Amino acid sequence: MDFTLPEELLIFRDTLRKFVEKELEPISEQVEEEDHIPDRIVEKMKDLGLFGLAIPSEHGGYGMSVLGQCVAMEELSRTNACFRTRIGTNNGIGSMGIVIAGTEEQKRKYLPRLASGAMTGAFALTEPNAGSDASAIRTTAVRKGDKYILNGTKHFITNGDIAGLSTVMALTDRPKGTKGISAFLVEEGFPGFSVGKIERKMGFRGSHTCELLFDDCEVPAENLLGREGEGFRIAMQVLDKGRLMMGACALGAIERLIELSTTFAKTRVTFGEPIINRQAIQWMLVNMAIDAYAVRNAVYHAAWKLDRGERVTKEAAMVKVLATETACRAADSAVQIHGGMGYMKGMAVERFYRDLRLLRIYEGTSEILRMIVAREMSR
Amino acid sequence: MKILVTLKPVPNPDEKVKVREDGKGIVRENIKTVVNPFCEIAVEEGLRIREAHGGEVVVLTVGPRESDQQLRTALAMGADRGILVEAAGDLDSLAVAKVIAKVAAEEKPDLVLNGKQAVDDDNNQVGQILAALLSWPQATFVSKLEPDMGCRKAKATREVDGGLETIEVPLPAVITADLRLNEPRYASLPGIMKAKKKEVKLVPVASLGVDTKPKVRVLSLTPPRQRSGGRKVADVAELVSLLSNEAKIL
Repeated sequence: MDFTLPEELLIFRDTLRKFVEKELEPISEQVEEEDHIPDRIVEKMKDLGLFGLAIPSEHGGYGMSVLGQCVAMEELSRTNACFRTRIGTNNGIGSMGIVIAGTEEQKRKYLPRLASGAMTGAFALTEPNAGSDASAIRTTAVRKGDKYILNGTKHFITNGDIAGLSTVMALTDRPKGTKGISAFLVEEGFPGFSVGKIERKMGFRGSHTCELLFDDCEVPAENLLGREGEGFRIAMQVLDKGRLMMGACALGAIERLIELSTTFAKTRVTFGEPIINRQAIQWMLVNMAIDAYAVRNAVYHAAWKLDRGERVTKEAAMVKVLATETACRAADSAVQIHGGMGYMKGMAVERFYRDLRLLRIYEGTSEILRMIVAREMSR
Repeated sequence: MKILVTLKPVPNPDEKVKVREDGKGIVRENIKTVVNPFCEIAVEEGLRIREAHGGEVVVLTVGPRESDQQLRTALAMGADRGILVEAAGDLDSLAVAKVIAKVAAEEKPDLVLNGKQAVDDDNNQVGQILAALLSWPQATFVSKLEPDMGCRKAKATREVDGGLETIEVPLPAVITADLRLNEPRYASLPGIMKAKKKEVKLVPVASLGVDTKPKVRVLSLTPPRQRSGGRKVADVAELVSLLSNEAKIL
């Protein structure tokens, strides 16, 4: 088995490592304070090609392998989570529906702009009463001539406030349950579409999570994605890869937490000795390293399978559970190793501790993912 | 304008290197190789000159086959093509300069841009030797470069002790880049994709007919002394006495 990464990936990884260290990490706390990523940073992300990692090259992106996307997300996750979230929707849930199910016309119209970052994508499934249980959504879409009329409210929509295009799930045939869900491409500025409240959150500052409001929102019929009733199936396909990416994000964070904790433990002296000489601290660090090793192999292996065209519903779910639960444990250990300092604002481990908590919830809670794995095992 | 930029692959300066057991080199295993930072600055300058005046940027490295990755990084930054002179083992400054001179004689560039020195052995010799071998003018430690193709000359600002010196050199010339010359760009993903299609010519060092036998032999390498912890003193008198009697620096 050859675990060597292709040369171009090694070069890109070096670029991202430098970019994170030189440009992102130094403003990480500023972004945390201001809850906003400076425009000049977004411009640099565009220049680096970060918005088009996953979009095929014939539509203006770079068509990176899933493994390549994992490596990129891993590197970008070594700092404030808002940065990788800024590019995350365009590479995942905000564009993949079009890649999978879009018409040539839809692809030509939207993908190049999503790939360049000129347009930000979002994905709107979750509603106040429907998240894990997608069949409970209430937003409706009714065909009227050459338009669909959408009514309802979406919430917790990542990048919703800056999105030029949202993939919105709405019911076209309620009695059919999930088979009655259809996906629509909704541009900002469509009549009857507006952004509602921007939520205040535990973490992920610098990345906004919003309400999207549809009040007799008019969507041209050609903006139906796939056929009527295919929305849920499209959403599930989009989410498989998304879960794998979450694993890569968790991995990058774990690696960073290990580095931060090791550096701290080497310099923090108690009772006349650096705490890294204490077995209690060593074991926490060692367990983090063992976990990181397992997570890395699981993430890369699942990515390799997906790149071979295999179905990875089960692996992606397992990887996300493993990686995100491990990351939360690692963050807990990192705060513990840092002691009181780890509880202070301005310390990276404090931020990781809050940010990583979300990873066990969004893009499939650990519980839903275990259900998926159970279902796959009993097939 | 045709610009030849040289790259030296060096051990990642952010990693801790260890001296080999025989004391004649460093342990290379598990140490990442990167482009010498000063060479990266030279690449960036080459690209900026090309963007302003047109022309071609050719990047050259002398080293093992794996140095391809460092060349590709420069190609991803925007260089047009690469030349890898394959040579195993460490070459001394004279040997490397001879190889570059040979390639320069063939490529006939208007400018050769080097990093002012490599961050591994800090020899700071290749640019100077190269200029001598080619009988070209040189401007070393350059922090600002203004080529004038029409008049076939370049104005170079050099960082010298306690100030700046501005000189003019006729082209072709050898320029070595200092830290403040520019801030190198990243190898972006679009750049990396384009670089995949760019040419890297492999040239076995033996085919150049250059004597690369080392004239310099490393006798031994010694790691820096381990830092010992600080010490608190009671007053100035004790400090002065320790500095003169124990440290013997007063």
